[in-house]
Amino acid sequence: MNFDIVLLSRLQFALTIMFHYLFPPLTIGMGVVLVYLEAMYLWTKEPIYENAARFWTQIYAATFAMGVATGIVMEFQFGTNWATYSRFVGDVFGSALAAEGIFAFFLESGFLSLLVFGWDRIGPKFHFFATLMVSLGSIFSSVWIVVANSWQQTPAGHHIVQMVRDGKPWFIDGQPVMRAEIVDFWKLVFNPSSAERLVHTLIGAFLMGAFFIMSISAYYLLKRRHEDFARRSFTGALLFATVFSLAQLASGHSNARMVANYQPAKLAAFEGHFKTGPADLNLFGLPNVETQTVDHQIALPGMLSFLVHDDLKAPVLGLDKIQRDYWPPIRAAFTTYHLMVGIGMYFIGLTLFASFLRVRGILFKQRALLAVFVGSVAFAVLANELGWASAEIGRQPWVVHPGVLRDGLGNILFDSAGYVQYRMDEGLLTSRAISESINSGQVLSSIFMFGLIYSLLFAVWVFVLNHKIHVGPEPAHFPSETTTENLLTALTGRSGHDETKEKL
Amino acid sequence: MDLNTLWFLLLGTLLAGYAVLDGFDLGVGILHPLAQNDHDRRVFFNSIGPIWDGNEVWLVTFGGALFAAFPEAYATVFSGFYIPFMLLLCALIFRAVSIEFRSKTRSRAWRAAWDYTFFLSSLTATLLFGVAVGNSILGVPLNERGVFTGTFIGLLRPYPLFLGFFTVAMFAMHGSLYLNLKIPHGELHNRMKDWIWHTWGTFLVLYILATIYTLVTIRHAIPNFENAPWSVLIVLANILAIANIPRATYRNRPGQAFLSSCVSIIALVALFGIALWPNLVTASNHPENSLNIYRAASSEKTLRIMMTIACIGIPLVLTYTSIVYWTFRRRVVIEKNSY
Repeated sequence: MNFDIVLLSRLQFALTIMFHYLFPPLTIGMGVVLVYLEAMYLWTKEPIYENAARFWTQIYAATFAMGVATGIVMEFQFGTNWATYSRFVGDVFGSALAAEGIFAFFLESGFLSLLVFGWDRIGPKFHFFATLMVSLGSIFSSVWIVVANSWQQTPAGHHIVQMVRDGKPWFIDGQPVMRAEIVDFWKLVFNPSSAERLVHTLIGAFLMGAFFIMSISAYYLLKRRHEDFARRSFTGALLFATVFSLAQLASGHSNARMVANYQPAKLAAFEGHFKTGPADLNLFGLPNVETQTVDHQIALPGMLSFLVHDDLKAPVLGLDKIQRDYWPPIRAAFTTYHLMVGIGMYFIGLTLFASFLRVRGILFKQRALLAVFVGSVAFAVLANELGWASAEIGRQPWVVHPGVLRDGLGNILFDSAGYVQYRMDEGLLTSRAISESINSGQVLSSIFMFGLIYSLLFAVWVFVLNHKIHVGPEPAHFPSETTTENLLTALTGRSGHDETKEKL
Repeated sequence: MDLNTLWFLLLGTLLAGYAVLDGFDLGVGILHPLAQNDHDRRVFFNSIGPIWDGNEVWLVTFGGALFAAFPEAYATVFSGFYIPFMLLLCALIFRAVSIEFRSKTRSRAWRAAWDYTFFLSSLTATLLFGVAVGNSILGVPLNERGVFTGTFIGLLRPYPLFLGFFTVAMFAMHGSLYLNLKIPHGELHNRMKDWIWHTWGTFLVLYILATIYTLVTIRHAIPNFENAPWSVLIVLANILAIANIPRATYRNRPGQAFLSSCVSIIALVALFGIALWPNLVTASNHPENSLNIYRAASSEKTLRIMMTIACIGIPLVLTYTSIVYWTFRRRVVIEKNSY
């Protein structure tokens, strides 16, 4: 078969990670909301909080299961498709993944069972603790994953050395076999981009959780069902979304500065900035690689220079200083990045406007606006996906992005042809990272398999969610437990007698 | 004892933990067709409901630890066994989803579809684990760089396939002993007790055949056992544990029977480790290409860092696991939060 195996493997990775990444941000975001609801229940003892928490738990559990099921694929895929990468970075990158398993997955999965099945078995305080632990677990998981991914973007805390085999330096056909090894674990964990990127990722997840809850609440308000529940949920989530929409702007800004410093090619691709010099901030446009200009451009003059260097006239490094072989795909990077930023701006406008109306007390009468909120969750999902896509596309053609060579004062060094010099030994090109023992037929068939399974899973998840949303939360004043249990006991033909016997 | 040996042992522990814990989960799935009506099926699902996810984390952590401690072995195995791993992923995804979504609606067709999925995915995953163990014991062709040079069909040799069926029988027995602890007293429970005799009998026959088959075909593992005379104790523990299962069941001590099954699985994983030692991946074509615990390992510094992480993490993991198992220690009661 004539398909390029690197391209196919990238396609497979993109497909599986983007599908997987529908779920973790949602569970991270909703986890925080569940912690809040249960804390409020413990504090106020108002049953509405407990009912709300029980309702969101069902949706949370279904989403969590999808995250777990699609997450195993990610861990396996480094080995199945990117074995050469795994051999090169396993010493460094593998540690972060193993830490995720030990510190995050056990915590999440253990306490998740108490969260989902523990409602009537453990006390409310312990249940709150379990919810807190699950929420923390999902955050820990994001910490280690973002650390691992940030190391690919801005590697630190390691050195590249020749491997040793049976006590001697290892050569194959006269070529030394090299790999990355840890020198300083904490430098690896706190590599230059991990903290910035983690904050940005978590805020993205919180926004997704908030918009998801606002979407369902707005739907109930439009249908005039569970209105008390929906108003409270919406208000809480709106406050959350407003604060984090604004925070995301600040975080995005400081991320862009970090990228400008460590990955100049990526920033130039994001902004379609071809020629080094004062840079405009593109609000709209289509970068044209042939003419090295941005078509249909609408731009704020000098704004990018100002954002990166606090000076409208300061030169920003352009793609002309990057060797053509090391250009990321410009159009894809530009488009994904700009759509993400655009959605972020839309969120700021929307949440501020809605908050204003909420303070005035007229928000819930604006049915058109509520309808907008029902649909806006799609943009939150999209923004999270686009953010990852732009970060990863902008890193290409590297799977491990090499650092930029600098002089003692921190100025970037250029080679004789005027191109940025990379620490070449540090980087690994994506095209060299592929497994040696697989063929394109295998990858093609696994892409089909994942495509099929994931379409099916997505349909099932939407179906179940739709069902849960349709049934809705239980009314607050209804003494639900006894009734349901009696009903279930009757249905299942079991008497309470058996249960008492078990306890003895 | 050096760090490489310690990591070999730690990975063995993770594998044994996975086999014991997810072993009964998978066994419940393999036995699922024995449940005859919707209530019984829900009892099966809920017997593992709160814990299967945590059990599967042992596999995920095994994968992560293999990646971190022995990246060469991780890369070779995962890329070399591409198709089996894709099938395994397919099975694990469907299994997770069938457990989670099966009882979410009342439609009979919906539930029946997920019941079949649960059974088939549990069976496939178990079979694949056994085939993987068989191939590890036999060894696979590797080149000088440690890259797998065989084919998928080449992995489907008689011995690994036989170990696949053996693993299915083992987990089915393990699952039946677990269900015996979890199913509420009544008609289903009586039926399950009878089934233990069948699952145990099948396991015993395959166990004897597997032992003979291994001794006859895997000559290269025998020196390892000769060099470690204490391994006789493991064999002895294994045999006693297997013999104790019918005894404990007959005397109506389901807990003891289940623990015996756990011991026998741990002993089998230990024997597997001894047979493999000191290799993680044995090269069947050129023994000098084998990936042993030194050639496949990360740097000493990384192994030490990972050991620190493991020492902090393992007590925490054992704490959560105990809390969860303690909370859900009683027999299954179907209630509104149940699957």
